[in-house]
Amino acid sequence: MGMTMSQKILAAHAGMAQVRPGQLIEADLDLVLGNDVTTPVAIHEFRKTGLTQVFDRRKIAIVPDHFTPNKDIKAAEQCRMVREFAREMEIEHYFEVGAMGIEHCLIPEQGLAVPGDLIIGADSHTCTYGALGAFSTGVGSTDMAAAMATGRLWFKVPSALKFVLKNKPGPWVSGKDIILQIIGRIGVDGARYKSMEFMGDGLAHLSMDDRFTIANMAVEAGAKNGIFPVDEKTIAYVKEHAAKPYQVYETDPDAVYDEEYTIDLSTIRPTVAFPHLPSNTRTIDEVGEIPIDQVVIGSCTNGRLSDLRTAAQILKGRKVKKGVRVLVFPGTQRIYLAALREGIIADLVEAGAVVSTPTCGPCLGGHMGILAKGERAVATTNRNFVGRMGHPESEVYLASPAVAAASAVTGLITDPAKL
Amino acid sequence: MKAKGRVFKYQDNVDTDVIIPARYLNTFDPQELAAHCLEDLDPEFSKKVQAGDIIVAGKNFGCGSSREHAPLAIKAAGVSCVIAATFARIFYRNAINIGLPILECPEAVAGTEAGDELEVDFDRGIIVNLTKNQTFQAEPFPEFMKEIMAADGLINRVKAGR
Repeated sequence: MGMTMSQKILAAHAGMAQVRPGQLIEADLDLVLGNDVTTPVAIHEFRKTGLTQVFDRRKIAIVPDHFTPNKDIKAAEQCRMVREFAREMEIEHYFEVGAMGIEHCLIPEQGLAVPGDLIIGADSHTCTYGALGAFSTGVGSTDMAAAMATGRLWFKVPSALKFVLKNKPGPWVSGKDIILQIIGRIGVDGARYKSMEFMGDGLAHLSMDDRFTIANMAVEAGAKNGIFPVDEKTIAYVKEHAAKPYQVYETDPDAVYDEEYTIDLSTIRPTVAFPHLPSNTRTIDEVGEIPIDQVVIGSCTNGRLSDLRTAAQILKGRKVKKGVRVLVFPGTQRIYLAALREGIIADLVEAGAVVSTPTCGPCLGGHMGILAKGERAVATTNRNFVGRMGHPESEVYLASPAVAAASAVTGLITDPAKL
Repeated sequence: MKAKGRVFKYQDNVDTDVIIPARYLNTFDPQELAAHCLEDLDPEFSKKVQAGDIIVAGKNFGCGSSREHAPLAIKAAGVSCVIAATFARIFYRNAINIGLPILECPEAVAGTEAGDELEVDFDRGIIVNLTKNQTFQAEPFPEFMKEIMAADGLINRVKAGR
């Protein structure tokens, strides 16, 4: 029986010629990732092993990004615990504020994720690196601790769903609209425990940033991982960012899929997920009149340079609607600097937006943009669960950077084509 | 191993943000987490829950964030077991890794109401609704996971060098 790309990567890392869906395997890891919320729990568990060293100090990355710059004393103490652990274990890839970025923007940029890698992270959006043709998946803190100790972890080999993307997307349609449409179609558990494998001629029209956004939200459909084949764009990205060797895996022609979906990108419209599930989607044409209080542009889903560029393209020469707060979060320091040099930051600030240091802050209702009771936000983030961005009676509408920026101008959820 | 307790029942897609909101993730002290467990879904939960009580919910329980604080909060609140139609995968791993018993059993979920009293036999995967006098058979754990639980969590298994 043929194997999918995901199954092949798992098999190779388990030292096996063949694996089948449902099989439990133990596999060697190329990278173990954690942040300032999940790593303290992992350290607590790691200490129980009595070990004084991690399995490989070069294969662990720790990125304090959730409550940093430290939002309060408790968060500062958690960050100190992580910092001291990183120092003690001589973790090579520890990123302090100043070098830090939102982890899933930072890791590929730093060349720490490459095609063929097997990566786990104590953060659900670790699935982002599937955009590079890696198998990467989110786990919890105890898994991170076990992985830091042994460099290995157990996996149940996933079955897979195939998504054939066809044709070219229309204007103002991005990776965000594509993945929201897919989640709307299959539901928040539509890919539970499975791989989402993306393929088809439509990939040629998707930038790496679009692919990162799509792979990032695979977990929002319940998937174990989302993965893209490696093409010229992937190789160009890897050559620009990474020094470590990579390996390209291809899905077998006779690989077996549980379901196959064809997505005609040319028919996709800008899409918005209404409260309180990412699957609760409507096209921009079906939105109606939804006034908003806040716009958040950024996050591990949409905090990359092309996202900021799109927002600036719309906001340049326009003004944010009076009474609307617009918060922009570049994903990393490098993205921030590039946006600064390109004039993007100036365009955003002149329009009336504020630009923050990289942080996950508002996306998870941590800090830097919490919503009050009854307030409503359009966000380029990934979840709109009850209380996600603040008060349990606040609302989050998920959308692309283009829709978010257009909404900032009008104060209503808006089709960028209609400005 | 057995559990017996009253049921708190919830719907589909109970996400980890409502199990423990991110505003409380600046600590991982289990008792502090337990005090805010399910706060945004059922503000009375942490006041009403008693040792041994059981959470019963629909499909995709624990979806969203990978925060292990979610099963930690539930366990520290005194909950003896979570029974759901299905679980989100990261929550499932986390619950097993920290030793919070969980069972998938859509039939038991359909046949149980809030306030019912359940008795659960984990070794045999049998759930008895004492209030309604009905018995349900849950999916048994795979051997591999039984090993992790027999070692009382993944870390002890690592410690034992297996």
